[in-house]
Formats: sequence, C-alpha cells, structure tokens
Amino acid sequence: MHSIGVVQPQSRHFDQPLPLRSGATLSAYTLVYETYGTLNAQASNAVLVCHALNASHHVAGRYENEERSEGWWDNLVGPGKPLDTDRFFVIGVNNLGSCFGSTGPMHVNPATGRPYGADFPVVTVEDWVDAQARLIDALGIGQLAAVIGGSLGGMQALSWTLRHPRRVRHCIAVASAPNLSAQNIAFNEVARRAITTDPDFHGGHFYDRGVAPARGLRVARMIGHITYLSDDSMAAKFGRELRNGGLGYTTQDIEFQIESYLRHQGEKFSEYFDANTYLLITRALDYFDPAAAHGGDLSAAFAPARDNRFLIVSFTTDWRFAPARSRELVKALVDNRIVVSYAEIDAPHGHDAFLLDDARYHALLRAYFDRIAAQAGAPSQGAR
Amino acid sequence: MSERRDLELIAELVPPGSHVLDLGCGDGELLAHLTSRRGCTGYGVEIADANIPRCVQRGVQVIQLNLEDGLALFGDRSFDVVLQLDTLQHLRNTERMLQETARVGRIGVVSFPNFAHWPNRLSVARGRMPVTKTLPYQWYDTPNIRVGTFADFDQLARRNGLRILDAFGLHRGAPVRHWPNLRASVAVFRFERAAVPA
Repeated sequence: MHSIGVVQPQSRHFDQPLPLRSGATLSAYTLVYETYGTLNAQASNAVLVCHALNASHHVAGRYENEERSEGWWDNLVGPGKPLDTDRFFVIGVNNLGSCFGSTGPMHVNPATGRPYGADFPVVTVEDWVDAQARLIDALGIGQLAAVIGGSLGGMQALSWTLRHPRRVRHCIAVASAPNLSAQNIAFNEVARRAITTDPDFHGGHFYDRGVAPARGLRVARMIGHITYLSDDSMAAKFGRELRNGGLGYTTQDIEFQIESYLRHQGEKFSEYFDANTYLLITRALDYFDPAAAHGGDLSAAFAPARDNRFLIVSFTTDWRFAPARSRELVKALVDNRIVVSYAEIDAPHGHDAFLLDDARYHALLRAYFDRIAAQAGAPSQGAR
Repeated sequence: MSERRDLELIAELVPPGSHVLDLGCGDGELLAHLTSRRGCTGYGVEIADANIPRCVQRGVQVIQLNLEDGLALFGDRSFDVVLQLDTLQHLRNTERMLQETARVGRIGVVSFPNFAHWPNRLSVARGRMPVTKTLPYQWYDTPNIRVGTFADFDQLARRNGLRILDAFGLHRGAPVRHWPNLRASVAVFRFERAAVPA
C-alpha cells in the first residue's frame, strides 16, 4: 500500500451557461480536476470524490518537487487502498466558487473585466453537483460507480442521487447531515462576521486594493476548527497545558497550548484560503436542505433515489454533524425501502475523523468498495 | 451442524419475498440466506463493530444501532417480518423491545434460550446455575441479563396483546413440539399484534 505518486491537475472550460439555483447564470466557467487510475472500456468503474469546505480536487498523490503536498484523502485513495486506484477511476473536482483553480471570486468577471469578488454568484450544493455532472459527461462517463464525500462532500454525494439518480449507482456519505442545525448556521455566521467586519474586506472587493482580510479569515478558521475536533481529542492533545509552564498573568499573550494551536491553524489557513470563498462555501452549507422542497419531509425528498444504494457513516464523537443527523438520513432511506447500510464508528477524533485512517472506518470502506468493484466488473483486489 | 439447521428452520418461518428486519443480525448470515434463497429484502440491525464490515462484504444491508435505544428509525408496520433471534435475553428493556417488534412488523419471530429445559432444571435443583451449549456462560460473566422460559414468554406475549401464531422448541437442530418447555433448549415464537378491539 503506497501513494499513487506524482499527479497533475487538469482543467476543462465549459462554454454552455450553467443555470444556478438562485436564478442567476454562470455564462462560462472552468473546472479544475484530477483523475487517478484508468477508466475501463465500459466506463463502469468511475468514482467521484467530492470535497468539503477547505479542500480541493487534489484528493490523492503529490505534486512534483513540492514537499508535503499529499492530497487530502491520500490515506483512502491509491493503489491497494480502500478506494483502490488499481480498480477504480477516481475523479476529484474543485467546486465553483473555490480558490483552488475552478472559476471563483478572484477570477475576472467577464461582465466587468474586474475580479468577481463579492459579485460571484451564490452557488449551492445542487449547482456544484450539476457542474460536476457536466465534467462527468465530458469524461465520457454515463454512470458513476459511486460518489463519495465527507461532511459538505457527503451532502454533494447525497445530492447526486436526488438530481441525477440514474447517473450514479452508489452514494457514500460520511460525517454528513440532511441540513445544518441552527447551531451549525450560528457557527458559520460568526465566521462570516469575522471576515466581513475585517477592515481589509472592503465589501468583498479587496483584490485590486492589494490587501486581504487575513485577520477575519484567521478567526473564521479558529472557530471552524473548534467544531472539527471533539472535546475529548482536544483534552487529550492539549488539556490545560501551558505554553510557558506557568501563568504569565496576561490577557493578550498566549497562555494555553490550545490557544497557540488555534492561532497557528488560523495563520496557516489565511495564507492560502480566500475570504470570499469562505463566505460562499459556508452559505452553500447553510442552504443545503433537500427536505425543504417537500415541506420538511426528508423521506419524500429521497423518493427519486429509490434505485440508488447508500452507505452512511458517522462518528460517535462528531458533534458538528452528530450520528443523530446521519440516522435522519438512514430513516428517510429506510422509509423508501432504499438499499442502505449505516455504520456509527466509535472514533475519538470528532468531525475530523472522516479524514483520518481509523482501522474500523477504513475496513468498512474497503469492504464496501469490494462489493462495488465486484458489481462494476473491476479487477478484484490482489488479482492485479 | 445444528446451528445451520436452526437457521434453516427459522428461515422457513419467513414467507418468500418478505421485507424483513433482523434485530441483532450478527454477521448477516440469515439475511443473506433469506435474500438469496427466499427472495426477501430488508435490513439487519447490529451493534458490534466487527460485524458491520462482514455484513457489508456479503452484501447484507446493515444498520448499526443499539437496540436499547428503541426502533424509532422504523415506521409502524413497515416490515412483513421482524426477527429477533437469540437477542432478547441480552436486552435490559425486554418488554418494550417486544412491543417495538410488534409495532414495526406484521409478524414477529423471537427465539431465546429456554431456561426451563430439563438439564437446566436439574442443574438448579442441584444448587448450581446451568452451563450448557445453549447457555455456555458462568452466572457471573453471562451476557444474558434476562433468563426466561418458554412458558414465561407465552405469558409476556399475551400480556402485551400479541397473538401467538406458532410456538415450538428447538433442540439439536430439530423442532420440539411436545413439551417444549421441558424438552427444548431454545424457544421460538411467531406472533402478530392482535387486532385492537373496537
């Protein structure tokens, strides 16, 4: 079991306008993506990996001459790994509005000749999925063997079965939820306010001023990061450990190691992430609510997915999208007699567990992809 | 092997093509059998981590839940048959679980070790708790927190307004229809919820 090695992103331009849920239209756009493995002759072994808030199309492998450039799900995707690139053709695609290459707020708005900034249209999970479907068309894939994602990526995987149910067989939604709770939205709103009240934000049009609301972005990331970890994992990692061994009786300097850690996370994040993208993606999270169009009836919402097969996974210590939220999804599927399996992984790491390589979690995904491979006519593991 | 025979005997209680809920499905063996041999559909419910990938591997739909938390996930009468095999004796809230079983299924099938099987009676008469093939644990480390008999279950079922459609014992892979309370190591009940009187 090793990494897939050096990979390269690709990009594809689309001239056909994309109608958005808001009623606006994106007249033309570019999607950046990566693929790993080989598409078989029947094009039946393709798996789409959807990314969450702060990730990208770079799912696995590393970039040439770049230290520590492994993809965000490299522990899952690669030769001999649970999502085995010797059997599957794996696609990672960067979503619209992102800051990692696909058309986003820092790109030039053809209508004005200036960067979109705050004028980039508000995009939703459904819009992303529609754009992904066009990329799948362009790659010559009629039906995906599976779509998989964690957190916000899981919401995209779910949305695939509602918008394009016949274009995907299996949906794997990890650490996800049928919508955001008031508490989830509240955390997002605090993060957004941190960004929009930064004096360097300039209403979202800061690119041509040569500044960026890095302070706001740092605080936004600190808040977000708290929700990704469990109380237990924070206690285990930091506890009440002091940075300098004793109290300094200061209100503004770092006293506790957890403060130092969060500031470091915020600092790193603000160096590579875009403020407008953060606003857009948190809004896409807020808006996701497939039951809303059915009077809040999630079971009715999943009726179109009756022929799809699902694996739903949650983590016991995830309080951002707690197991109860995944059980709502399972209930909606069971009500429709849809094929679904559900696992509640007893992992200590909170929401972040979906990115880690807990043995039970990965054994489950391996078993599930084994089944998919058998159905997709992909070579069996070990027989390569 | 008698366990295999038990499984087949239980499977015969499930009408072909039924939508089945198997509570405490283990590694999914029975559901796989019901799916491939009797054209059934449905889900297993299981708590043990190690059994989840085993079910997934053999293509059995499994939902990881603690039965002590109830069956809120499942709607009233949403299954043709609810199976609860060798599970009831591990649950704290036995009676509520039985009511839930009757709520979500049209037919319930329950099996559990029969404590009144004669070797068990003999053992208790000698002053010691039984340790047998069906009850293989010492009294201090048994996961069976409820010990009941064929006759006890019959009473409990009636008390909860369940109509018993069939009841028999199992011993060494064979059904026991005469004196099951004495002669069978395992009790099997097939029941439905009695119609609510108008």
